[in-house]
Amino acid sequence: MAAIKKKRKAFVDQEYCVACGCCVKVCPLGAIQIRQGVAAQVNLEKCVGCGKCAKECPASVIVIQEVEA
Amino acid sequence: MSKQKKRWYDYLWIASLTYLVLGFFNILFAWLGLICFLVPLTISIANGTKGYCNRYCGRGQLFGILGGRFGLSRKKDIPRWMKSKWFRYGFLIFFFVMFFQMLWNTYLVFAGVQDLKQVVTLLWTFKLPWNWAYHGTLFHPGVAQFAFGFYSVMLTSTVLGLITMVLYKPRSWCVYCPMGTMTQLICKVKDKKDG
Repeated sequence: MAAIKKKRKAFVDQEYCVACGCCVKVCPLGAIQIRQGVAAQVNLEKCVGCGKCAKECPASVIVIQEVEA
Repeated sequence: MSKQKKRWYDYLWIASLTYLVLGFFNILFAWLGLICFLVPLTISIANGTKGYCNRYCGRGQLFGILGGRFGLSRKKDIPRWMKSKWFRYGFLIFFFVMFFQMLWNTYLVFAGVQDLKQVVTLLWTFKLPWNWAYHGTLFHPGVAQFAFGFYSVMLTSTVLGLITMVLYKPRSWCVYCPMGTMTQLICKVKDKKDG
């Protein structure tokens, strides 16, 4: 039985995101951008789930979740 | 590519700090604060982005440095109600009302109905005597009245930002900043319109 591979990724609560861009500044992989001044968007291809953005987010609306790879 | 190279706009916190200091020496410098109102609005209307918040906001940088590098923040989560829509929009409306009241007071001085009050009002309540920062000018006293009023707005929001910086995350102010809420609203409207 092959183990299910899991990866950690950042997820933004789009409803509460204020689009301040603090997460963009701290992301070491440049995986986040602010989409049209509305909300932050994570590029899941690039995201490694380090959690820097979640820690920085002033509204604490970013969570790190495990997803199946 | 760990730490990105610093750009000129990463030092705009110096401008924000200088602005607050200048207001102690000559209140007329308060007029420069209009930049912090007009630039974000222009960017959001023209580009449909929050480029000002994302890049140029010196005040946000200042909170980030004081709360981050200087460790003056507990780095706790902001309460849920503070990021709710009703609080953010409510605070924006409250800010607007206070702003127009300030403009009205300026108008009254221009119209000669009221005398110039050399006072900075902190948190819309506390009247701080500020007469050392005004030495009379070539301009109408109304010009100075606007400066006192505008500086009151800027100082009040800085104090609020500092309080929430200490209590919650460094840039907690960004969550309920009226300019941020307004520019995001503009961006949302533009985004919907453009499909």
